[in-house]
Amino acid sequence: MELCGATRLGYFGRSQFYIALKLVAVAQSGFPLRVESINTVKDLPLPRFVASKNEQESRHAASYSSDSENQGSYSGVIPPPPGRGQVKKGSVSHDTVQPRTSADQQEPASPVVSPQQSPPTSPHTWRKHSRHPSGGNSERPLTGPGPFWSPFGEAQSGSSAGDAVWSGHSPPPPQETWVSFADTPPTSTLLTMHPASVQDQTTVRTVASATTANEIRRQSSSYDDPWKITDEQRQYYVNQFKTIQPDLNGFIPGSAAKEFFTKSKLPILELSHIWELSDFDKDGALTLDEFCAAFHLVVARKNGYDLPEKLPESLMPKLIDLEDSADVGDQPGEVGYSGSPAEAPPSKSPSMPSLNQTWPELNQSSEQWETFSERSSSSQTLTQFDSNIAPADPDTAIVHPVPIRMTPSKIHMQEMELKRTGSDHTNPTSPLLVKPSDLSEESKINSSVKFASGNTVADGYSSSDSFTSDPEQIGNNVTHQRSHSGTSPDNTAPPPPPPRPQPSHSRSSSLDMNRTFAVTTGQQQAGVVAHPPAVPPRPQPSQAPGPVVHRPVDADGLITHTSTSPQQIPEQPNFADFSQFEVFAASNVNEEQDDEAEKHPEVLPVEKASDPASSLRVAKTDSKIEEKTAASVPANVSKGTTPLAPPPKPVRRRLKSEDELRPEVDEHTQKTGVLAAVLASQPSIPRSVGKDKKAIQASIRRNKETNTVLARLNSELQQQLKDVLEERISLEVQLEQLRPFSHL
Amino acid sequence: MAVCVAVIAKENYPLYIRSIPTENELKFHYMVHTSLDVVDEKISAMGKALVDQRELYLGLLYPTEDYKVYGYVTNSKVKFVMVVDSSNTALRDNEIRSMFRKLHNSYTDVMCNPFYNPGDHIQSRAFDSMVTSMMIQVC
Repeated sequence: MELCGATRLGYFGRSQFYIALKLVAVAQSGFPLRVESINTVKDLPLPRFVASKNEQESRHAASYSSDSENQGSYSGVIPPPPGRGQVKKGSVSHDTVQPRTSADQQEPASPVVSPQQSPPTSPHTWRKHSRHPSGGNSERPLTGPGPFWSPFGEAQSGSSAGDAVWSGHSPPPPQETWVSFADTPPTSTLLTMHPASVQDQTTVRTVASATTANEIRRQSSSYDDPWKITDEQRQYYVNQFKTIQPDLNGFIPGSAAKEFFTKSKLPILELSHIWELSDFDKDGALTLDEFCAAFHLVVARKNGYDLPEKLPESLMPKLIDLEDSADVGDQPGEVGYSGSPAEAPPSKSPSMPSLNQTWPELNQSSEQWETFSERSSSSQTLTQFDSNIAPADPDTAIVHPVPIRMTPSKIHMQEMELKRTGSDHTNPTSPLLVKPSDLSEESKINSSVKFASGNTVADGYSSSDSFTSDPEQIGNNVTHQRSHSGTSPDNTAPPPPPPRPQPSHSRSSSLDMNRTFAVTTGQQQAGVVAHPPAVPPRPQPSQAPGPVVHRPVDADGLITHTSTSPQQIPEQPNFADFSQFEVFAASNVNEEQDDEAEKHPEVLPVEKASDPASSLRVAKTDSKIEEKTAASVPANVSKGTTPLAPPPKPVRRRLKSEDELRPEVDEHTQKTGVLAAVLASQPSIPRSVGKDKKAIQASIRRNKETNTVLARLNSELQQQLKDVLEERISLEVQLEQLRPFSHL
Repeated sequence: MAVCVAVIAKENYPLYIRSIPTENELKFHYMVHTSLDVVDEKISAMGKALVDQRELYLGLLYPTEDYKVYGYVTNSKVKFVMVVDSSNTALRDNEIRSMFRKLHNSYTDVMCNPFYNPGDHIQSRAFDSMVTSMMIQVC
């Protein structure tokens, strides 16, 4: 074995020089780095090599110069090898090895084998002797093959000693090249490359001393897989990438990559294979990772390494789409290289696991990590978007109840205000009484609305469909909303208003949703139309609702809401106040009423906010109107009471309606908590008759404004509904068109 | 299991042809060649408007006593022909379709390779391995 090893080493020595020469040539051709990387790559395939190489690298920065000398000698070496006619792995290195073999004649196997064998053995020896980087090796006085042979021969005889020499030899050159990225002969690396892909390696290895093999394996196992890209290589690749594509996150188109890699003068077939291996996602373009992998493979090939059948794990573009990795199940490219068990494990893992494994490897390279993070983040963001959409719907579904609640309450409030104007406000209960009809309607609607909300959430929007019949009545809508609110008190209960799923929801839910929403909140619909994918709830609306629990947060409505939210916010406080009033009022009126009132006041404010929001989308005037209403409210309240006074009045109305509705809507009770507060506040505030008059006037004004706003909203919603219907139709048409291809 | 898989270019020359029982290759080559006429007939029968609606999968082109020949044509008039052993009765139409789909995907990957000149013989190892897997495991 020693002899074999020695022989191999001898070969290595030769091949190393040969490789060095090759590298020089390559460098001259423009791929100096590659050479180095080749060296490293060569080491990589054989774990042992890597280990040794790494060690060597650290130690043989200086041997660079010696390598250059060797290079010169290599040229001399090169001619002879071809003459040998020995089996060539296909690269010059083979040739170098071959001559070696013949010279050494130690090859137990055929010449073909020997070269292959030698590289593995050399790593072994290197490993063993990594600690003994003989200085003599580093020098490599390569005047020509002859000198090499002799020392090698000596090495052979010396067996272990020779190995030591060899190891010293081989490591330095590769490492030097590696470190300096110069044309230093990739000696050891090259040698390792040769055998890597050949089964002979395995045999050779087995032939090699078991101890060495074990040793090597142990060592190799501790190292990363041979195909790992070192930092210097990686940096070089990145620089090269930049010359083609300045954006590191961008792609290199296939044509540009083709030109670039054609410069390496590899046969097109091999380049084609390299491309197949490295274009992970099969998109015809190379990302940074893919490019580095391809470059690495080219370098390896130029150094004599055989291309793996599958992409090695370390070269897999771990970043981007994990799903692509699935395709690479075949990665463990080290098929050829996995002579040692250590190598096998890393390569065997399926794409995903390999990715995981590669992660640690990537750790080595900061660049890799960076790219990783970039890519992974990008992929993650992509996926997150998708996932956002998905949850958005369910959220919307869930949220629906909340927003709906809001709007109805708002509308309800408006109604109440209207009613209040119609009735004496002296009697807080009167408005309520006046509303029985409304309530009845509302109750119907509420139930339907609740229904709708429920549907939207889970069942779908069939119920909302039923409501569509009612839309004409805002009051109905209000009741709808209220019912929703009642149902969704849970949702709204928590201080932060739940995001408004509606916008997206309504779209998905279909027209019904739109309808309901239209009634409830113009915003939502706007949101829906504007945001096909579920958008995270509007921060503003959520923020605004802070004070107002009901503030529905529309993911879609974010846009609209954002615009409106600021406006709404000022309003909201009013609403909030209202709710408080209502709560008070309600407490006086009725506990249950309180609940409703609470809900309603909250809803109303929210509705108002939402309405303005929606209207804002359409026209900001609406919000202004709302503001005005809000302002008017406070103005009305300026009588002396807090701005809540006017609100309480509308609240009162709501309370009334709510009361009526209440019996029908059990859910309202849930909201009662909120409403109760509002109701409670209500009764207490609008007690004064004088205030009532003013409040009535204010409320009238508000109601009118609200009417206009709502009318506008209504029209907008109708328009949205039409749009959604059109979209639906178009989608159905597309589906029909695509159906024939479904089975293909 | 497919005993022979062939990829024919638009101009009706083979880009890739491979048979499993290597001894009877010539026979399979001949079968594929004759099936091209059937393919052309099916394509032309579609008419002009068809390229979109036309099915890529052509189905059974013609059965012989021993073998069945299936065809598939892409939108760029590249044809895939597959010869399967009639003794493989378990082969359903869907399986054939899926095999063609895999072939098509692999062919697309080959096309994406910038180093591949359209019209060249397909020498991709990935493609080879895919075809091998089809030919071996389908039975």
